[in-house]
This record gives sequence, C-alpha cells and structure tokens, in this order.
Amino acid sequence: MDTRESWYGGPDSGKHPREESAVIDLGTLDDDDSSTGGSEGFTRKSPPGSQYGDEEKSTGEFVGSSAANLVWLAGKQQAQKAFNLYGNIDILRPYFDVEPKDVIDRLIHSFIPQKVTGTPQKVFGELYGPLMVIFTLVAIILMGMKSSGHVVREGTLMGTAFGVCFGYWIFASCLIFMLAYVCNTHITLLQVLSLTGYSLSSHCIVLFVTTVLHSTESHYLFYLLWLSVGGMAVLKMVTVYVSRTSGKSQKLMLAGLVVSLHLFFMLYLHFAYHNVAEVPGVVKEPVIHHPVVPDRLERDIQLDSKLSNSANDAVQEVIRKVAPKHVEAVDEIEAVHPNVVVPDSDAVRDAAVVNDDNPVQDALKDTISNIDNAQLNAPIDKLVDQVKENDA
Amino acid sequence: MADTTTENNMTDLALEHPIEGDITVPGAPDDESDELSTLDEPVVITVKRDLKAVGIKFFHVLWPKQSKTLLREWDLWGPLILCILLGMMLQGSSADDNSDGGPQFAEVFVIVTGGAIIVTLNSQLLGGTISFFQSVCVLGYCVLPLNVALIVCRLVLLAPEQTTALFVIRFAIVFVGFVWSTFASMAFLADSQPINRKALAVYPICLFYFIIGWMILSHTHS
Repeated sequence: MDTRESWYGGPDSGKHPREESAVIDLGTLDDDDSSTGGSEGFTRKSPPGSQYGDEEKSTGEFVGSSAANLVWLAGKQQAQKAFNLYGNIDILRPYFDVEPKDVIDRLIHSFIPQKVTGTPQKVFGELYGPLMVIFTLVAIILMGMKSSGHVVREGTLMGTAFGVCFGYWIFASCLIFMLAYVCNTHITLLQVLSLTGYSLSSHCIVLFVTTVLHSTESHYLFYLLWLSVGGMAVLKMVTVYVSRTSGKSQKLMLAGLVVSLHLFFMLYLHFAYHNVAEVPGVVKEPVIHHPVVPDRLERDIQLDSKLSNSANDAVQEVIRKVAPKHVEAVDEIEAVHPNVVVPDSDAVRDAAVVNDDNPVQDALKDTISNIDNAQLNAPIDKLVDQVKENDA
Repeated sequence: MADTTTENNMTDLALEHPIEGDITVPGAPDDESDELSTLDEPVVITVKRDLKAVGIKFFHVLWPKQSKTLLREWDLWGPLILCILLGMMLQGSSADDNSDGGPQFAEVFVIVTGGAIIVTLNSQLLGGTISFFQSVCVLGYCVLPLNVALIVCRLVLLAPEQTTALFVIRFAIVFVGFVWSTFASMAFLADSQPINRKALAVYPICLFYFIIGWMILSHTHS
C-alpha cells in the first residue's frame, strides 16, 4: 500500500509522515502493528531524509522535527488503540442480548418478592431493560411537567430530569454496590445496576398514575401508591440482597440503605416535579402550577390570566388609594409571592414593591396572600367587585 | 497459414474482449476527476439534485412501503430541515410566555438529535445490520408526519377560543402523526433487526416519537 501511495506522487504523498522521502523503506510497512517497529522505521528513515532534505536546515532543527514526527506517530497509535479498546460498541453487546418476553417477565417479577430461603436468588444482569425503564421515567416526568401547564424554561428542566434519572440510577447503584462489597454480599455491579433499573419501573407507574389522576388538594393517592407499589418493588430488591448476604447486621444495613434510597427518590420525584416554585437556579420567575387533568387546562389558563389581571388591578388600586406618595410609580410595584400565578411577564413587572420595611408592602403582602390560586371563590371575587365598584 | 489463423483468432478475441479504457494506476485519483466535475457544476444544479433526492425520500416516508431507497442513498439534509422546522415552530413568540425562544429551540434540537443517536445505538446493540448514519437518516425523515401534524395544530390554534373540542381535535391529529411516524420508521427498519427482537427495537422508537408528539401537543401558545 505504501508503494502505491507514494508511487504516483502528487499532493497526497506528503500527508503521511512516513512518505516524506522518496525512498521506500520496507521496514516501515509494519508500523501499524507495533510501536517498536515504528521507532525502528523512523531511525532507519532519518538518515536518507537528511540526505534528501533541505541543506539549509540545521541538524538541530531536523532532529527536532523528526522527534516531533515520532511523538505524533506514537500518540496516534496509542489513541487508535485506546479507541479500539474503549470506543468499541461491541463491549456492550452482551448486555443487550435479551428477548422481549424476558424483559416483560423481569419487569413483572420486579414487583413480586420471593421468599427468602438459604439459596441466593437469581438475578439477571442486563442493561436493555433498565435503560428503557429510565427513558420511560424521563418521558413520564416530562409529561407531568407539561400537563401542569406551566411556562418554566423547559430546557433546563428537561436536562435536569435526564440528569436526575440517570444520576440516581448510577449513583444509587454504586452506593449500594459499595455497601454490598463491604457487607460481603455475593453480587456484581452489573446485577446491582440491573436490579436498581428494574425497580425504577415502580416509580414510572406511580408517577404516571398520580400525574393523570392527581387531585389538587390532597396527596392521598400518591401516598397509597408510594407505599403499595413502591413497597413491593423495594421488598423484592431487599429479599434479593438479604438472600445473598450473611450476617444479620449486614443484612439490616443493606436493606435499610436500599429502602431509604428507593422510597425517598420517589417522594422527591413527585414533589419536586409537581410543584416547581421558586427553586433558585432552575426557575427564574415565581411560577407555581398545580397538577390538573389536561381537559381542564385551557379553562384554567383563561381563569389564571383573568385572575392575574384582576389581582394586578386590585393591587394597583390598593397602592393608589393607600399610599400614593410612597412609591415612585405604580408601574414599579413588584410582588414576589409564591402563590400568585403570573403567566405573563407584564403582570410580574407591574406588581412590584419598591421599598423594604414599608407598611405599604405589608399591606400589599397581606392583600396578595389572600389571593389564593387554588380557591377561586369569595375573597378574590369580592376584591374584584370592590375594585370594579371603585372604578364605576 | 498458421499466422493468419492466429491473427484471425486474435481479432475474434479482440472483438469479444475489446481492450479499452484508461491505463491508470489502481488507487490513483480517478475519483478526484468525478468530484471535480460536480464541484464545477452550477450551484443551482447541485441544489436541485439534492432537493429532488430529499423530496423523493419525503414521498417515501409519507407513503411507506418496504423500500430500500432511504437506506441505500441516505443523506442528512432532510432530518436537518425537519429538525430546524420543528424547533422554529415549537419556539413560539417570546412576547407571550415567560421563557424566551432560545432554550426551546435548543431543547427540540437536542432531543431530536440526541434521541435519534440513542435509538440508533440501541438498535445496533440489539444486533441490527444497518449502519449508524442510515438509521439516523431514517429516524430523522420519519419525523415528517409529526411536522405536518404540528403545522395543522398551529392552524387549529389560530381559532380565537380554545375549547375542549379543539383540544381533542389536536390530540387526534398528533396521535395520527405519531402512529404514522412509527409505522413509517418500522417499514424501513424492520428488516435490519433479528426477527424475534423487533419489539425491543421498536419500543425506543415509539418513545422517541411520543416525546416529540407530546412536545407538539403541549405547545399551546400561538
């Protein structure tokens, strides 16, 4: 190949560092296979290069450039070896060697704890099932955020959702594996990853049901599912770990860690992604949303905008009437309170308080605290009516 | 006499196997002359040819049958155009909502590109026989029905008052787009998977189009 490439010359022949000279060195043909062959090839090549090369170059410059070539070639070979070793996708292929009915079986059995006997329970180590469960969980979290009708910067939350799910999977698995290693449990990291991944299917189910069926006031349904579905999944994991560990205190420690991680993560997912209110760094505007069923979405958006307009008007009226001198302009009034729904930025800008330690601000806050988004009844209608009466 | 016979034989042979063509060095820059010829042609012709190829593939996606055209001559122009169109339309105007248009466009772009890459990797790991870019090409082109659904939804959103019936209509349109996209991609990718593992490869594709469909459905600002 070298013979051919350098034979017809042209612009390409200068590209390869081995073909700078017109002399074809057969010793350099095996350079790709071993690094020692490469260095030999170079040391053999340099004398002819110096005869052929530029007479104006000093010896020092030439030694420098050939050393640079040497480093380049060695680095390229190392990089190629590393890429072939780690970038090869075939490393992961054995972990995806599953059949569809296997995956379904394992999903179902992740909710069915087996009785603890003396023999260690069988755990399948594979990555397809856990990965699909995590992607489903991300999709459900995304659906939950969208169906609540909020207008938070979704890009940040999407990335956070991905990071949270994958981070939990990997971090929790590593933590459990470390403790299992300390407690002398007969389990591998792959099996731990697989178990944790399949147990996330309980999170998927619970979050999906609560997103679709959540009521605005109570979390009873969520708590019920949390204990029942989450409990079954975590019980399954605990029985597996207990069957593979010896020693009572070790079993207890491992079981405790697994239960706490699993159940707290479900709590976190439910409460963090349903009520996104003034989380610094994630949400810039004070926005709250309550989970609503999608067919009430459009009506709620209209009601919310009407509410914010009337709240805005009410606030401005109060300020005008109570203390016209204390604020520079009504336009600069700013209210920062988590219970106010402000779908458009104008309402946020227009309801702002300028001074601190101001009796006006306290009055304002009291007024706004009476505007409860969840209860569209007497107080706000009364306020709106009062404002309208004052206008009339 | 022997000479003429040999000559006749040789002429016959020459007629049967004519020696013609260029005597070139194997591996010499033949291809460079071909590339130079397409480089020399006017831009209009190149653009027209590429657009025609993209158009043919769009037609194959809208009317999916078992066809190898998408796989054989894959290109990434179509997926890029569709992705940008999707991102631009899902962006919305910045005056209406609190978040400005920037992150939404980037989000859509990342989801479509990242999702296509992940689904491709998954089908390769399951033992698929098509290459990386062919799969990305097919998945990108099959976003077209969802793009059409998005355009129709935007038209529906132009109505002054959004009622539940209109929401149901939008839901139905997006659902049809989702099913069409999934079936189109299945028609192209079906042969490349082992027979008993088709469901394993189809599920992430469903999830991918489901997420895109959900982003379209939940985009309510006009």
